[in-house]
Order: sequence, then structure tokens, then C-alpha cells
Amino acid sequence: MGLLTDLRSSISRVTAKLFATPGQEPKRIGIYGPPNAGKTTLANRIARDWTGDAVGPESRVPHETRRARRKEDVEIKRNGNSVTIDIVDTPGVTTKVDYKEFLEHDIEEEDAVRRSREATEGVAEAMHWLREDVDGVIYVLDAAEDPFTQVNTMLIGIIESKDLPVLIFANKIDLEEASAQQIANAFPQHETVPLSALEGDNMDEVYDKIAEYFG
Amino acid sequence: MIEVPEIQPDDGDGDGVQIDLISGERMANLRTMEKIRLILDGVHDGNIVILEEGLDPDEESRLIEVTMSEINPEEFTGIEIETYPRPSSDDGGLFNRLMGRESDPDNKLTVIGPANRIETLHKDENLISALVTRQ
Ligand SMILES: Nc1nc2c(ncn2[C@@H]2O[C@H](COP(=O)(O)OP(=O)(O)O)[C@@H](O)[C@H]2O)c(=O)[nH]1
Ligand SMILES: [Mg+2]
Repeated sequence: MGLLTDLRSSISRVTAKLFATPGQEPKRIGIYGPPNAGKTTLANRIARDWTGDAVGPESRVPHETRRARRKEDVEIKRNGNSVTIDIVDTPGVTTKVDYKEFLEHDIEEEDAVRRSREATEGVAEAMHWLREDVDGVIYVLDAAEDPFTQVNTMLIGIIESKDLPVLIFANKIDLEEASAQQIANAFPQHETVPLSALEGDNMDEVYDKIAEYFG
Repeated sequence: MIEVPEIQPDDGDGDGVQIDLISGERMANLRTMEKIRLILDGVHDGNIVILEEGLDPDEESRLIEVTMSEINPEEFTGIEIETYPRPSSDDGGLFNRLMGRESDPDNKLTVIGPANRIETLHKDENLISALVTRQ
């Protein structure tokens, strides 16, 4: 039974590859994860490496990315093959937004209220995308932070329930406190790739895995 | 095993902490949006909502989406949510064992409260310790 289904799915994969035309729709890959994990830094690095320009501003202020931003037709070349993806940088998913948090970053009250409203709209939109509009997920975590949070567990559960291919990126391995192993232990059912999006460490493996999982 | 310190019966001045414990049976008969309404209406009233059986992933995703749409700087900053057991673990967890149940991902006890009033102090496989502040 299992063997048959495996066989069938590998046959359909092969035929899908055979009939893939150059004009085929690129897979839409959503970059998800908690605020400040380095999603935008990663999206910018991928976009810069393969298209020459960036996706959006990176920032220490949480919720800098308040709307999902898309970079289309990013062609990643690997070992003579190439995969074309659309990358969607999303706001960090959270269950709460308090505009007062922005005030701590020297942002005026009016601006803080506007930012928090945009952030909530962005998170809602990102959840909607996850249910309807992405073909694969890169889940970015700050390897210097505890991965066992409720939001991470819920999001990984949501992604699994959609049967989407997912890669876990253990980011910020340039930091001394970082532990990619702790991330891998938290989600043993998925492949974890260590990297530093900021420093560009281990990007070769990052692109190999993207090609393997989303190609 | 959910330690909610300083719970006292509501003495009428509205500064008590109300806990809504919603059975699996009650939830089973509701549609997704009805479940979410039941939860968020409780949370908007400042209550701690405990679901005997948790939400499925799609319902959790909609709960986050609806919560986001209801956040309002003056009144509502969102929710705090914790579940048991962790869905990623295969162990049924303490609550399921206590209730003599088989491990089932849908069978996770879930605690939801207003983000500005509930703070998770500690959580491990056996204990959720939450601090609830009065309004
Ligand atoms: N040390 C270190 N910092 C990083 C790395 N990636 C991102 N950051 C920093 O983390 C902060 C948040 O990054 P950003 O990409 O805006 O996070 P996002 O909220 O997930 O989009 C910024 O200050 C980044 O410079 C990394 O690999 N190493
Ligand atoms: Mg960002």
C-alpha cells in the first residue's frame, strides 16, 4: 500500500517535471516566522543574490514589514538546473499587537497607532495567504531564541495541515548564543537549515534546499 | 493544574476574574466562526476561556485572523493562547492521561485570554502557570 502510493507520487512528480514548461507559474514561497527572526533580511538576500534588488526594509523595530511583499520570478540556478519562485515576505505572525510597543522605539503615538493597525492587517493577510495562496513555506526562526512558543507550534501545525512543503531556517547562527540544534530538536519532523541571513553564512546549502524542496 | 493565582468569586464590582470552561461537546456542535465568536466574546469581556478540546489548525488560523481584525489600540491588544499537549509531541500529555484518553492532536486543552491581562509565567509538559491581572 505504502509502496504503491510512494510509487504513484514519484511517478506523478516525474511526469510533472517532464511536462513543466518554461512558462509554468512559479511556485509561491511564503516566508513565515515570528517578528524579528530575520525574514526580510533573508528575503532581501535571496532577491539580491538572484535578481539584483531588494524586497523591503529590515529593522530592529518589530512589525517593520506590515504588508506581505512579493518578489516575483526569482530564478535560482543550482547544478545546471534552475527553479523559479515568487518569494513572499510576510509580517511576523503573532496573536497580539500593542501599539505601545512602538512607542519604545521613539515612534510618535499617532504613527504607532497607524503602524499597529497596519501590522494587524498584515498578519491577518499573511494568515489568509497561508490558507489559500502559498505553495511552500520557509519558516524562519532566530536560533538564539526559544523555539518552543505557542505561535511557532500553531503555525507549524497549520502548515502541516495544509500539506505544504516546509523548510525550517535556523537564522542568526553568527550570534554566539545561537543553537541551530535546539531548533532542529523542536521540529524533528522537518528539515532544519542553519544560516546567517545577515552575514550570508551557509547560503549554498540554503539554495540547494530551496531548489530541492520547491523546485 | 492550571495555576491561576488569586481567583476570587466575583464580588460584584466587576474586578473578579471569570473563567469560561467550554466542554468538547459544546464546541463539537458549533461551526468554525461560531467557535471563534464564543471564544473572542469571552475574551473581549476579560474572561479566561478554557477549551476542553482545542481547535483544529484551520480554526486556529482563522482565530488568529479574526483576532487581528478586532485589535483596537484603545480596547483590545489581542490574545494569549496556550495548548496542551504540544501538538508536535507524540505523548498525550498529562491532561489526556488524567482523563484516560488516547493521545489525539485535537484533544488538546487550550487556554485563551486577553493579552493585556494574562501572562504565561511558566509552561512545560505538565504545567501551565499563568498570571492573570485584574482589569
Ligand atoms: N546577528 C544577526 N542578525 C540578523 C540576522 N538576520 C537578521 N538580523 C537582524 O534582526 C533584525 C530583524 O531583521 P528583519 O529581517 O527585519 O526581521 P523580520 O521581522 O523577521 O523581517 C534586524 O536588526 C536584522 O539586522 C542574522 O543572520 N544575524
Ligand atoms: Mg520583516
